[in-house]
Amino acid sequence: MSNEGYVTADGRKIGGTVMEMKNITLRFGGVKAITDISFDIKQGEIRAIIGPNGAGKSSMLNVISGFYVPQEGEVWYKGSRRPQMRPYEVAQQGIARTFQNIALFEGMTVLDNVMTGRLNHMKTGLFSQAIWKGKAEQEEVANREVVEKVIDFLEIQAIRKTPVSRLPYGLKKRVELARALAAEPSILLLDEPMAGMNVEEKEDMSRFILDVNDEFGTTICLIEHDMGVVMDLSDRVVVMDYGKKIGDGSPDEVRNNQAVIDAYLGVSHD
Amino acid sequence: MSIPALLERNAREFGGKDAYREKEFGIWQSWTWAETAEEIEALALGFINLGVNEGDFIAIIGRNRPYFYWAMVAAQSVGAIPVPLYQDASADEMAYVLDHCGARFVVAEDQEQVDKVIDVQDGLKQFEHMIYIDPRGMRKYDHKKLHEFSHIQAQGRAAHDELIEDLIARRGKATYDTTCVMLYTSGTTGKPKGVVLSNQNIVESAKNASEFDKLNSSDEILAYLPMGWVGDFIFSVGQAYWTGFCTNCPESADTLMADLREIGPTYYFAPPRVFETQLTNVMIRMEDASRMKKWMFDKAMGLAKRVGPAILDGKSVGLIDRLKYKLGDIFIYGPLKNTLGFSNVRVGYTAGEAIGPEIFEFYRSLGINLKQLYGQTEATVFITVQPDGEVRADTVGVPAPDVEIKIDDSGEIFYRSPGTFVEYYKNPESTASTKDPEGWVATGDAGFFEKDSGHLRIIDRAKDVGKMSSGAMFAPKYVENKLKFYPDILEAVLFGNGKDSCMAFINIDLTAVGNWAERNNVAYASYQELAGHPRVLDTIQEHVEAVNKSVAQDDMLSGCQVHRFVILHKELDADDGEMTRTRKVRRVIVEDKFSDIITALYDGSSEVSTVTEVTYEDGRKGSISATLQIRDAKVQPVSAQKVAAE
Repeated sequence: MSNEGYVTADGRKIGGTVMEMKNITLRFGGVKAITDISFDIKQGEIRAIIGPNGAGKSSMLNVISGFYVPQEGEVWYKGSRRPQMRPYEVAQQGIARTFQNIALFEGMTVLDNVMTGRLNHMKTGLFSQAIWKGKAEQEEVANREVVEKVIDFLEIQAIRKTPVSRLPYGLKKRVELARALAAEPSILLLDEPMAGMNVEEKEDMSRFILDVNDEFGTTICLIEHDMGVVMDLSDRVVVMDYGKKIGDGSPDEVRNNQAVIDAYLGVSHD
Repeated sequence: MSIPALLERNAREFGGKDAYREKEFGIWQSWTWAETAEEIEALALGFINLGVNEGDFIAIIGRNRPYFYWAMVAAQSVGAIPVPLYQDASADEMAYVLDHCGARFVVAEDQEQVDKVIDVQDGLKQFEHMIYIDPRGMRKYDHKKLHEFSHIQAQGRAAHDELIEDLIARRGKATYDTTCVMLYTSGTTGKPKGVVLSNQNIVESAKNASEFDKLNSSDEILAYLPMGWVGDFIFSVGQAYWTGFCTNCPESADTLMADLREIGPTYYFAPPRVFETQLTNVMIRMEDASRMKKWMFDKAMGLAKRVGPAILDGKSVGLIDRLKYKLGDIFIYGPLKNTLGFSNVRVGYTAGEAIGPEIFEFYRSLGINLKQLYGQTEATVFITVQPDGEVRADTVGVPAPDVEIKIDDSGEIFYRSPGTFVEYYKNPESTASTKDPEGWVATGDAGFFEKDSGHLRIIDRAKDVGKMSSGAMFAPKYVENKLKFYPDILEAVLFGNGKDSCMAFINIDLTAVGNWAERNNVAYASYQELAGHPRVLDTIQEHVEAVNKSVAQDDMLSGCQVHRFVILHKELDADDGEMTRTRKVRRVIVEDKFSDIITALYDGSSEVSTVTEVTYEDGRKGSISATLQIRDAKVQPVSAQKVAAE
């Protein structure tokens, strides 16, 4: 795999490799969730991982985010091999994510939820934050400013003070994205951002993902079921089936790949 | 005298006072009059730098934001004419206006608006440059003709020394006779017309109205009504610059109610629909409240209904009731007004459509000084207004200061005032047919003065008033308003001109009916399904029959009872051309578009299948088909003598 960048169909310049998976194998007891998978993510691109149910997509994302530790293989990040890390250490390196089954603090407001995304940027201790004077106060104001820009960007001003539990599903998804964005990540991992949405919500979410990539230059790696969305959004696609990589390339290449067609449409074994 | 001259005065006299506020990033950002003058000057210099000439038209497209108000005043400062558009208009509608006025420049809010103009720019011969405020999503656009607002200002500041003399010279040429603004009236028929308003029109009207309601520099307004509408221009520019009060812009359309509460305006304007929606929301939430709270609310509102308006008008009310009302104010009215954002309202207006008497009384009984006015773009808003203490739901008040009114034999209302418009742009025929050489303007509305009070009452649009085949008078608005006063009914259209009986189209209100459905376990998947639900039809039938009873009591209009009605499968929508952008029904278009349904109403069928084309917000077209039930409504007998006497 080359370390070179490339230019996308719509004229965006994509940089060199920021993250590389080398021969990753992940086992749960006797079950092989991921078998010997390698692929890379380049600076500024929208990279999708697709595959049928149980293909190991979410497991792959969890390996990237440091939640699972693969038994074999290496994760390379920004040119060096990443040692085994706790998820929060991975987050400190600039990787943020959203979850397939929304993981927000239901009783807290949207604003507070998004503020938690700033955790890695807060330096003052528990005690000074409790007293909230001087440095802690300045820090909160500065972080609130970043959060407000994200709220403005995702157009969720109207629900700023609404407890998350009162929001409909589609908006919760957007709040999750907001929290991930508030961390100002260099790589954003999205686990099925469109799952369970109606057409209009999907269109909105697609626009936000494209805008995030365009506006902040954030590298995005997403898992998605909806083939239409994936083909429209992403620059390059990895296809997985039964824990193995069966395709990798531009949406068009992947669409015409026989192994991919078989995996999605099924193939008769005679 | 001109708006730019008033800006200079305000910067001098109220320099340190807030002129504009806008909520952004969760905080109210503010600009004093001195800062406003600097921002506008920078933009005006930027305009000259970009090549804006005197007499050019500059179109303004966006929601209420300080930047757009600055752009309008900056345009005036360099001798150009601002043309604010309705930002929710489709690209084609915008193309008509942009082409008609020959706008060389457009100031647009964001990608959405820029895209609309780009879509139609090939057909616009004079169009040259576009300035946008929010750069998001437009990084890859061709920026030869596209400029960011702040860059134009920066260029203006940089070129200050070489251009300032030109600017001062141009600004000095603005007089009472020069054009202040051009506004397109939506018009219920035909293409929109460009109404040219001079500085005199705006400044004199603003001055008279401000004095009438004793507005001053400490007042606050929330600017949220469409910028293309004359009302927003007179309140947020005319009166704001005349008195020096502060114009507050909401964060987004969705946060309006929260922003209203935070600002607590002292001077407030809303069309009846906004008041209706707020009242519906209050009532829905009270349904969900605990029994104790509901009891208190009902008790207090009962008292308020009885004595509230009298207390507001300063009439004498018994001591016990006065004390009870005070108590109610502490526990119910005060907190409710606070929630609605009306705690500080000193003067509130509603206009544009008739407001339901119950809705009107509700707000007044809380102690909110809500009044009605009657006006139009051609009059620079004000024709009649209700003075404090003489407020009623069924009249529109007395002639505004300096306004003369006469009513001709057919009942049509004419007026003459300092606000009378200069002309319709590039349309001398329409100008001549609307405004006579002596300056009298035909309103197109029929009405009469009440003998006792001297207040004007509007019957209907003069051209909508007709005769039924029996000879009885047909005034659709009268019946439609009675129908619309039910919270379940959003819109109604009555037919019957030249016929022997009246038929009606009904639009249900999705909020109110949807809430009802939830409470009564009525499942529905779409607006269309809910609209066709038999129980909804039953409810609406009850309303129609109740209206028939009330219409039957009116000697002149008892023939206008609704014999049969249908609940439409879609909401009438401005995007489909069925309504104007100010939400007035375009009768002719509705009649034409749904002619199959009207035929079915008159031929006695019990249902009708129809296919209707709809336009989505982004201009794509689709169609919906439906089978609509037609219901017969009970009508009250009309005594034969009255018809015979006609």
